Amino acid sequence: MSPKPRVAVFKMASCDGCQLQLLDAEDALLELAGAIEIANFAEASSRLEEGPYDVTLVEGSISTPEQVEQIKEIRAVSRFLMTIGACATSGGIQALRNGRDLAEVVRQVYPTPEYVRSLERSTPVAEHVKVDLELTGCPVDRGQLLGAIAWLLQGSVPRPPTTPVCIECKRRGYVCVVVARGEPCLGPVTRTGCGALCPAFARGCYGCFGPSQPPNTEALARRFLELGMSPVQVAEKFRFITGYAPAFRETAERLEREEASAT
Amino acid sequence: MRFLDEEGFGRLMALLAARGYVVIGPTVRDGAIVLDRIDGAKDLPRGIREAQGPGAYRLEATGDHQLFAWSHGPDSAKRFLFPPREVLSTATRLEGELRVDPAPLPEVRYAFVGLRSCDLHAIEVQDRVFAIADPAYRKRREESFYVGVNCGHPGGTCFCDSMGTGPRCAAGFDLALTELGGGFTVEPGTARGEELLSELGSREATGAEAAAAAAVTDGARERMGRRLETDDLPGLLYRNREHPRWDQVASRCLTCTNCTMVCPTCFCNDVVDGISLDGTEATRTREWASCFSEEFSHMAPGDVRKSARSRYRQWLTHKFASWIDQFGTSGCVGCGRCITWCPVGIDVTEEIAAIRVTDGEVAVAEEVVA
Ligand code: SF4
Ligand code: SF4
Ligand code: SF4
Ligand code: SF4
Repeated sequence: MSPKPRVAVFKMASCDGCQLQLLDAEDALLELAGAIEIANFAEASSRLEEGPYDVTLVEGSISTPEQVEQIKEIRAVSRFLMTIGACATSGGIQALRNGRDLAEVVRQVYPTPEYVRSLERSTPVAEHVKVDLELTGCPVDRGQLLGAIAWLLQGSVPRPPTTPVCIECKRRGYVCVVVARGEPCLGPVTRTGCGALCPAFARGCYGCFGPSQPPNTEALARRFLELGMSPVQVAEKFRFITGYAPAFRETAERLEREEASAT
Repeated sequence: MRFLDEEGFGRLMALLAARGYVVIGPTVRDGAIVLDRIDGAKDLPRGIREAQGPGAYRLEATGDHQLFAWSHGPDSAKRFLFPPREVLSTATRLEGELRVDPAPLPEVRYAFVGLRSCDLHAIEVQDRVFAIADPAYRKRREESFYVGVNCGHPGGTCFCDSMGTGPRCAAGFDLALTELGGGFTVEPGTARGEELLSELGSREATGAEAAAAAAVTDGARERMGRRLETDDLPGLLYRNREHPRWDQVASRCLTCTNCTMVCPTCFCNDVVDGISLDGTEATRTREWASCFSEEFSHMAPGDVRKSARSRYRQWLTHKFASWIDQFGTSGCVGCGRCITWCPVGIDVTEEIAAIRVTDGEVAVAEEVVA
């Protein structure tokens, strides 16, 4: 048998939630440890080995000058680079600052703003280096993550679905919150993968898996306006966890302009 | 025609369960009448009706005691006969040897209670797709028992009358009921329906009861929420395949797949493989898929139906035109679910009517009209 593939897990600007999907995997974790060599995973073990790595998972967005350099170094020692989670794939919740005055945002959030050295924008890893596979979600879905690793171990690159959350919502027999309650839901423009978690609890999707196949965000925005929301309220829906993803951002910006020109 | 009082209906439910059927019927969950396993008449939506229109559905209390005074919600028998996810086979790799085991045939026997005529028709439409080649479907289909209920309460988006599939149950049932005050008229449709009925203690229906039952469906016919002109639909859709309406509807369509998921005849599916981390076990699963997914038309050179326009047109033209060429029947039974459960309320009857009023506005080159 060939030596076990060497796997590394790195973290940029993020909350650790995606890595926890791995650490919390319990039974699967033992199986995983049998199938791969965990060469560098600071959250799991203090034994940190140098590259090269066969598969590298990166959580988090690029938010500081150091991370811009670090991600290039990681790329250089990784055969296959997979980004995991909303932060790594679309800039994350911290991308809310993008397009605002950074100094002002920092002042509002931190008591000692002089300690903070941050980039103007929080950006997805793919804006900086070539990424071989993106798994979205806040956090990533454990089944999707382990499934992707399992296929990579077989030498096959998986294709995560791009169809909207609605397909899974209906497969599971959940009652649509838009149709039966008149509540907004981003499911029709968000890619499936979570198991339609939010509709399972009779609430609308807030888009944490990011845009689906070319999404018709404008048509959904019109529907939300019909439900009685203001343009800015609709824009806030799109500007949430994956709000910096281009499809969501563009519709949010257009709605904000619409509201500004109306007042 | 027989008459079964309310207690007799209770005996019917009990007898189905006693004979080992898993009874599937309408029940209220999360603000809609869904189909689920029920445990007797107490789980049925008594005194409830629904209001539905394009992209909207709400339940209301009626204050009466009727059990079937509503029209269907999002679910149909499809959910059970062609389940959303089903394991087809498993594979094991041990010491270089690969073993593939087809999934065992399903053991469950369903008794469906309260199916409407449109949905009984929809099952027969799906039979043409699955019955020949899918032994699990065939087994579930053949071993199930079907209690239809004639429709007296068409929904705001229903048009079964236009499609010739309702509101009166014409075929595909073991027993067909019509709810009247205080009980049901019953007609058996098969020998096993007849046999079950003989055990229930029904009596011959009076002339007045038979007339009241006929009036229920006659009244429903008058109150259809939608109508569709079906004259030469295939010709209409084929010659208008470059009609500007396809662009117009594509600007509204979310390509969210909801219409195809709730459609009782839509059968598209995908087969996905899962593998264990150590690479020794694999599972092959079939799941509901949709022509509204871009990836559904993925082939070696890329996605074939890239635009929302091409996907919407594919769906509507398949339902109402090429389905007839393919299976000898329309793919639409007029249940209206795709209209109600579309989050933006796109209405097939309106789309087709819009094309019809401007029929031929856009010429299509002769040679490509197959
Ligand atoms: S609840 Fe949301 S995800 Fe589910 S079908 Fe409705 S719009 Fe789609
Ligand atoms: S339903 Fe939407 S917000 Fe909720 S977990 Fe799924 S993708 Fe995320
Ligand atoms: S196309 Fe629409 S109306 Fe026709 S059977 Fe399907 S869901 Fe019902
Ligand atoms: S017609 Fe409606 S339900 Fe169907 S894919 Fe388009 S938006 Fe979704």
